[in-house]
Amino acid sequence: MSPTQFERAAEATPPILAKKIRGLSDRAIAWIFVAPTIFLLLAINIFPLIWTIRLSFTNFRVNRPNAEVQFVGLDNYRRILSDADIWLTMQTTAHFLIWTIVLQVLIGFSLAYLINKKFRGNDLWTTIIVFPMMLSPAVVGNFWTFLYQPQIGLFNYVVGFLTHTDPSSFSMIGDVNLAPWAIVIVDTWMWTPFVMLICLAGLRSIPGSIYEAAECDRASKWRQFWTITLPMVLPFLMLAVLFRGIENFKMFDLVVQLTGGGPGSITELTSINLKREAFEKWRTGYSSAYAVILFVTVFGLASIYVKALNKVKER
Amino acid sequence: MSSYSITEPSKRQKWAAGSFVIFYAVVTLMPLLWIIATGFKSPSDAIAYPPKVVFQPTLEGYVNLFTTRTRATPEMLVQAGEPKTWYDRIVRQYDMVIAGPSRYGERFLNSVIIGFGSTFFAIVLGTAAAYAFSRFRVPLKDDLLFFILSTRMMPPIAVAIPIFLMFRQLGLNDTHAGMILLYTAINLSLSVWLIHGFINEIPIEYEEAALIDGYTRFQAFYKVVLPQATTGIASTAIFCLIFAWNEYALAALLTSGTAQTAPPFIPTIIGTGGQDWPAVAAGATIFLLPVMIFTILLRKHLLRGITFGAVRK
Repeated sequence: MSPTQFERAAEATPPILAKKIRGLSDRAIAWIFVAPTIFLLLAINIFPLIWTIRLSFTNFRVNRPNAEVQFVGLDNYRRILSDADIWLTMQTTAHFLIWTIVLQVLIGFSLAYLINKKFRGNDLWTTIIVFPMMLSPAVVGNFWTFLYQPQIGLFNYVVGFLTHTDPSSFSMIGDVNLAPWAIVIVDTWMWTPFVMLICLAGLRSIPGSIYEAAECDRASKWRQFWTITLPMVLPFLMLAVLFRGIENFKMFDLVVQLTGGGPGSITELTSINLKREAFEKWRTGYSSAYAVILFVTVFGLASIYVKALNKVKER
Repeated sequence: MSSYSITEPSKRQKWAAGSFVIFYAVVTLMPLLWIIATGFKSPSDAIAYPPKVVFQPTLEGYVNLFTTRTRATPEMLVQAGEPKTWYDRIVRQYDMVIAGPSRYGERFLNSVIIGFGSTFFAIVLGTAAAYAFSRFRVPLKDDLLFFILSTRMMPPIAVAIPIFLMFRQLGLNDTHAGMILLYTAINLSLSVWLIHGFINEIPIEYEEAALIDGYTRFQAFYKVVLPQATTGIASTAIFCLIFAWNEYALAALLTSGTAQTAPPFIPTIIGTGGQDWPAVAAGATIFLLPVMIFTILLRKHLLRGITFGAVRK
């Protein structure tokens, strides 16, 4: 190998300096490499988090910078946890979470199962199906309001055509009973491919020899599905549910553009509710406490879930 | 039949599975095709009932997207003379004249600057950290990695409150620098985790050989490890770019003018009397197409990217 410029530079470096560069211990390098990342995350994530926790014990309001900031102890927390409206948004979020996960798991797994039949061109169609989840939820959500228009919307037209009803007789976004489903439909449209991709990886990880052995033992296809396919895909499926759960608990952009939390506050998920408290009513201390509660909830639920996931993996 | 395997699905099964999947793909693609089609409709075609599948394509939506227009009196129209360009002609149909460019160009450019800027920093910092985590004994390594991941669990709105206060104090609200800093921090979790996985797959023996040959650690890093990890790093970069590109919540709360990106801007495009859907669709099309192209390029690494490297094919 001919000497490269680095090697030439190394040769030209005076021995004392070279020793200095070379002498940089692995530990020093590790420190230099990791420090900027940790520093940035501390500055942008941890410092604000601590600030939020501190604010959550006060009555601070951003729009009243001159008012005296008082320490109110656990008052904010007490008020949030006893607020009926907040429990209602929690219920709305739970409804949204459960239905999106159920639908996405069912459709996503079925699709993956079918794609795994390895028909011709399955790679191409998989890529096409994946498109919605890569796109900007706010931009796509905004456009869905157009598809949901009672008179002119494509969605209403197609549904009306299939069910022989008047497309202008129902409004997905304006109707109190339909709006919660309007957001479930769009989220399912967008994120089913996510569950599909993960399930597909799970299905492809099952060695064919297991099925061959089962076939020799005369296990029925039905039995093979329940005793081989499903248990082996389960860890993957649970991982997909974890990701979707965390993401949809934080859900903001798609729903805010679709319904804005309306009509009334029927589709007001916790993130939207929090945004109203923090950036419209400017109750900074109160909403900080709210944010802390949400974070603890996500973190707690996720940790419990990960423990369960690890147990399934060990089996 | 030349070869027979009991685990290989039969022809009929394949055909049935294929038709179901293709049916789903076509249905799921409809809204996206509708966005693209609406961008080429005239405003009246866009809101026609029943929805028009066949229509006379026009670039009105795109002209409306990029310009601001004013209604002109007959005298003004005479004074302005014959329309000189094709876009002048489109606007003139409605007795309007082009007053100037719209904000869309700026907002799109902001998305590009902030997207590429934050991706660059997230990749540089992330690669360094990932290399260290992969090759050196870093104290509390697993805890640090988990800490890095956990920063992604916070709802963006919850982080936005203190970030808003902090940025206001530092004068970073509604600035490119502020948004780049913020997205870099958010993307770091993804870049560290993904690149960590990619570097772990490179056999450590390569570097050991290089070190024995007299390379320093740094040389071994950029002459042996980096070239091996190029594809992995490139696909990670695209994932970071897509995230920054699509992000809405923080952009909507922390930017309003100079640094506003396209996602909060597109829904605010309004025409005379209600939303100008062809213009919105045109804006969305231009904004979404790059991501679709990236998705095709990324398809081999897609799974890894969306699961933070938890699932590898």
